[in-house]
Amino acid sequence: MKMTERAGMEVSFAAAEAVKLCNVDVISAYPITPQTHIVERLAEYVANGELDAEFVPVESEHSALSLCMGSQAVGARSFTCTSSQGLALMSELLYITSGMRLPVVMILVNRSLSSPLSIWNDHSDVMSIRDCGWIQFFVHNGQELYDHVFMAYKLAENADVLMPVIINVDGFTLSHVFEPLEMISPGKIEKYLPPYVPKYVLHPDDPLTMGAFTLPSYFTEAKKAHDEVLKTSYGHILNTFNSWAQVSGRSYHPVEKMYAEDAETLFVVMGSFAETAGEAVEAMRKQGKKVGLIAIRLWRPFPFEDFCHAVTGAKELIVIDRALSSGGPGGPLASEIRSALYNVENRPQIRNYIAGLGGRDVTIEDYILMHDNSIQGSDYEIYGLKGDETSA
Amino acid sequence: MHSTSVYAVKTLPRKEYFASGHRACPGCGEALAVRLVQKVLGRNVVVAAATGCMEIVSSPFPQTSWEVPWIHVAFENAAAVAGGVEKGLEVLKRKGKIKEQKISVVAMAGDGGTADIGLQALSGAMERGHDMLFVCYDNEAYMNTGVQRSSSTPFGALTTTSPVGTQQKGQLTHKKNMAEIAVAHGIPYVATACPSYPLDLAAKVQKGMDADGPAYIHILSVCPSGWGISGDATIKLGRLAVQSGAFPLYEVENGKYKITVDVEELLPLEYYFKPQRRFRHLSKEMTGQIEENVRQKWQELKKRSEGD
Repeated sequence: MKMTERAGMEVSFAAAEAVKLCNVDVISAYPITPQTHIVERLAEYVANGELDAEFVPVESEHSALSLCMGSQAVGARSFTCTSSQGLALMSELLYITSGMRLPVVMILVNRSLSSPLSIWNDHSDVMSIRDCGWIQFFVHNGQELYDHVFMAYKLAENADVLMPVIINVDGFTLSHVFEPLEMISPGKIEKYLPPYVPKYVLHPDDPLTMGAFTLPSYFTEAKKAHDEVLKTSYGHILNTFNSWAQVSGRSYHPVEKMYAEDAETLFVVMGSFAETAGEAVEAMRKQGKKVGLIAIRLWRPFPFEDFCHAVTGAKELIVIDRALSSGGPGGPLASEIRSALYNVENRPQIRNYIAGLGGRDVTIEDYILMHDNSIQGSDYEIYGLKGDETSA
Repeated sequence: MHSTSVYAVKTLPRKEYFASGHRACPGCGEALAVRLVQKVLGRNVVVAAATGCMEIVSSPFPQTSWEVPWIHVAFENAAAVAGGVEKGLEVLKRKGKIKEQKISVVAMAGDGGTADIGLQALSGAMERGHDMLFVCYDNEAYMNTGVQRSSSTPFGALTTTSPVGTQQKGQLTHKKNMAEIAVAHGIPYVATACPSYPLDLAAKVQKGMDADGPAYIHILSVCPSGWGISGDATIKLGRLAVQSGAFPLYEVENGKYKITVDVEELLPLEYYFKPQRRFRHLSKEMTGQIEENVRQKWQELKKRSEGD
């Protein structure tokens, strides 16, 4: 018997297929490039009766997430999807969604924040809402995006978690490519992800007040509780990865490693960088260079222990950020890693490159150059500037 | 929910869904309006509220005045949240996940959350045709933050951001006509109301609730603190607003206008303005000019409601 079906399809369509299999109740979104293919496909599913859901094309991203919060609050499994400026527009609501423990799932098709306006990929959008209190994943390829949709709902709706989830996927470089994917059967998903049974809902039979305000006497405790839930969600995240591995045969980890055990130099990346960097590492290994790769899958809650464990023994980390903290210490990922390692003895040196901004390709050769070159007199370097002879 | 189709004082439900003990100022017209609206809406309702006075006075954790399911998310999105509630309930009923029953969906916001920052979300919700009632509690300024002008503040009124100085005498712009903006969306029911006319208000809430599609009710909510009147003058001021023509009470049912509280002869606007600190700086001349404008608008409304 054939266990899985393989299909070649655009990654955005695979994501939509996964959302459909999750049998979501409400989808609300506003068009923004490069998120559109996911939402368009979902609209088709609803229009064709392939998915019994309410598709609500609203007048802004702000209303898209607001609407999902309303539908989630009455117990409807809800989905939204955005990019870049759209995320910026809904940013105030991101904090409220997690604070109110409404387990909405969002695919964030990463794209640069303006200005200058660019429709292409980097991570400046998600880094602007780093502290919004959602569980946040980064995926490396289309298969992972497909898989993470199921895991996201499983995790978000867990009564001990009840947190919204963002799945970050690189715009165009990942969202718009064709990939061979292993599709899961609807029957398996029905078992893996039963209908959502919400713990708290707005219903006249048991009136609840949601979104009360607090005086200084409670606010700190509310924030503490939120932090605790995110931290303890880590165990549930591991369980979710494990249970998914049983269903799909594909296993995931908060921190993914490649040749990390004996590497002297480790690349540290997030998102689709992991694919190219992985190939670069293979190539360099063939040349006898002791390099390896760390890809952070789980961005929030940040897997500090896993990370520190993974880099033990390495002499140097080359952290590649796809966003820049202007006027600050470099890239947000490198900042996180510096603070993760501060109290670790014999911690590795850190080189931080900012690369791939606004959709600029980072090729295998670039990784090799980054590895072979060094950064002079600065904590970070914006890689690949025009006229820079050291770059490819 | 009621056996009667016409409201009389005795047919207003005794049951309260907006509990006393909330933190509104003495004489708050908005709290009174909310209480009346909730009486008519009854138990089978979900309320989505915008940030503002009513949210603050009614939901200080761990207390609540809401005896019906109530959600507050942010300032500008009550209509969008309510839209989600409506769509969520609809799909859950269709899929058999909750039992089939009529649950009204109501969004509420102040004039800022309606006419200014909330206008886009409201317009979107009305355009999409959500089956919901949006109630604007209009106290004609941002009272919660300390009386700043909104687009719903009437011409000439003093607020902290439309001050009376040597070069400017209060609000320089005319009140945005939200009811007409709602009408322009072609929705089945639009009305203005005021708790000084409780039965008129109750009947309109009932109609808004029963309407098939979006309904909009704009309620003038006298604000003793922001308008500079004593707390026991709320009802009287509401009546004067209506009787002077400053705030006419009417409804637009499927495009058909009807003045519901007709005024044979409008009272001088001065009667309405004089007790209020926010208009105290106005000269007789200026009041006269404003009155002219009020009367012209009243005549236009009269014409529209006699049109059929």
